[in-house]
Amino acid sequence: MAQKSDTPADSSRKYVVGRKLDALFLDLYKINRFLGRFFKELVLPPYEFKEIVKQCYEVGYKSLPLISMTGFITGLVFTKQSRPSLAEFGATSWLPNLIAIAIIRALAPLVTALIAAGKVGSNIGAELGSMNVTEQIDAMEVSATNPFKFLVVTRVLATTIMIPVLAMYTGFVGMLGSFININQMEQTSLPTFFVGAFSSITFLDIFSSVFKATVFGFTIGAVSCYKGYYSSKGTEGVGKAANAAVVTSMFLIFIEEILVVQVVAALR
Amino acid sequence: MEKKASPINRENAVISIRDLKKSFGSLHVLRGVDLNLYQGENLVVLGRSGTGKSVLIKIISGLLHPDSGEVNVLGLSVGSLSDRELLQLRLKVGFSFQNSALYDSMTVRENLEFPLVRNYRNLTRKEIDLAVEDVLDGVGLSQAINQMPSELSGGQRKRIGIARTLILRPEIMLYDEPTAGLDPITCIDINNLINEVQEKYNTSAIIITHDLTCAKMTGDRIMMLLDGRFERQGTFEQVFDTDDERVKTFYNYNFTD
Ligand SMILES: Nc1ncnc2c1ncn2[C@@H]1O[C@H](COP(=O)(O)OP(=O)(O)O)[C@@H](O)[C@H]1O
Ligand SMILES: [Mg+2]
Repeated sequence: MAQKSDTPADSSRKYVVGRKLDALFLDLYKINRFLGRFFKELVLPPYEFKEIVKQCYEVGYKSLPLISMTGFITGLVFTKQSRPSLAEFGATSWLPNLIAIAIIRALAPLVTALIAAGKVGSNIGAELGSMNVTEQIDAMEVSATNPFKFLVVTRVLATTIMIPVLAMYTGFVGMLGSFININQMEQTSLPTFFVGAFSSITFLDIFSSVFKATVFGFTIGAVSCYKGYYSSKGTEGVGKAANAAVVTSMFLIFIEEILVVQVVAALR
Repeated sequence: MEKKASPINRENAVISIRDLKKSFGSLHVLRGVDLNLYQGENLVVLGRSGTGKSVLIKIISGLLHPDSGEVNVLGLSVGSLSDRELLQLRLKVGFSFQNSALYDSMTVRENLEFPLVRNYRNLTRKEIDLAVEDVLDGVGLSQAINQMPSELSGGQRKRIGIARTLILRPEIMLYDEPTAGLDPITCIDINNLINEVQEKYNTSAIIITHDLTCAKMTGDRIMMLLDGRFERQGTFEQVFDTDDERVKTFYNYNFTD
């Protein structure tokens, strides 16, 4: 059983290079061990199907209202704001194509991930953080029940599965918002709208979008669980864990977005 | 309120610790601890806060690693066990946490089932229910089965925490400050429960406390942690029959408030 509170730095708190740099290396070491343990526990039975389903439900349920609203408004406002520039060239019939590209390729996964980082990430960080502070995780550990598998693996899996699903949903709702605006202004029918929209979307677009959302989902789950599971003891540890879960997830999501966009551009 | 004598097998040490040392950075918490816990015995570990009492039992249950020294539990050296062996050992060592550490998103029933179901995956519903009802009855809280931990009083939470460890039928119990934060009458109830557990489940126990009433009521033997070592041990009277200022301060602080 991997030790939670026990790290090499505990026994010899002498700084080798410098306080900050040492902390960074210690973090890297711990993250490495965390990921190693995650993949090991992921493949080894028993599998916590019931708990995974429960966590998937939590992730979806928690973020659904906010995501619906954001997706819808993003689609609607984005359409409204893009119209004047296209109208200058008399090209408003291109609106569905433009919007579909923007939403499917970029906005849906990104908006979904950022909202989930705020909503789900902070929740996981705080939940595991407070379980750690109140020794509930230790209590699971000493009763031989493998808290890592029960708490961490299930949550990381849940976000990895659910963020792509939610991203597709966001895309759908965003397109709906866009359609309502276009239907109002240009009297375009739903079939015409969708034919226009999907004429410019390729399989690569959808695939890369789902792939991105999956990476974002894994990031949110892994970062938030890591921050919560290894939160510092004491009440302020809980708040710090929740906060760090959100900030770190968002930071990594932006970096991943840039990386994936580069790779997909190269493939295109 | 003196404890009545228990059948203790002094030939068989279920926990034996030799020259255990543990530091956190420059803070030397345990500086060479020696301890034997004999089968059937309730051993009380006394010490002021921050002397490393919790660290000691966390090392025994493998939650923390010692810097050096030997820790043997039920004949196994805790430091050198594989993951699987450590899990097997943990089934036999119950740990009652200072703040009970109940799973606050689960009901009392789910709290009690949790360790059982997850260690013995092919129990029937009926067997699980029977086990839950049995331990709950043992701690006198049958009526609380469907309540959430947040609805329980401090004393009730302690009882449920103890029940949750008993459901795995441990051979050794480790109690971390079982009476801390409870009113005096509830303290006495918990002390009685600790003695009942010893009798009914034939456990050997380490009871960590700074509460002298608890020590007197539950301890077959008392050890006092002073500056990272066990410097005094014996019966209650033997431990406190000394001119050592640290021991006298501890005694006076306990009985003059
Ligand atoms: N995981 C840890 N990391 C750093 N310091 C710790 C850790 N656990 C305990 N300590 C320190 O060790 C000392 C003893 O703690 P503890 O065993 O909890 O005392 P108590 O006797 O009150 O139970 C305290 O000063 C505490 O701050
Ligand atoms: Mg303590």
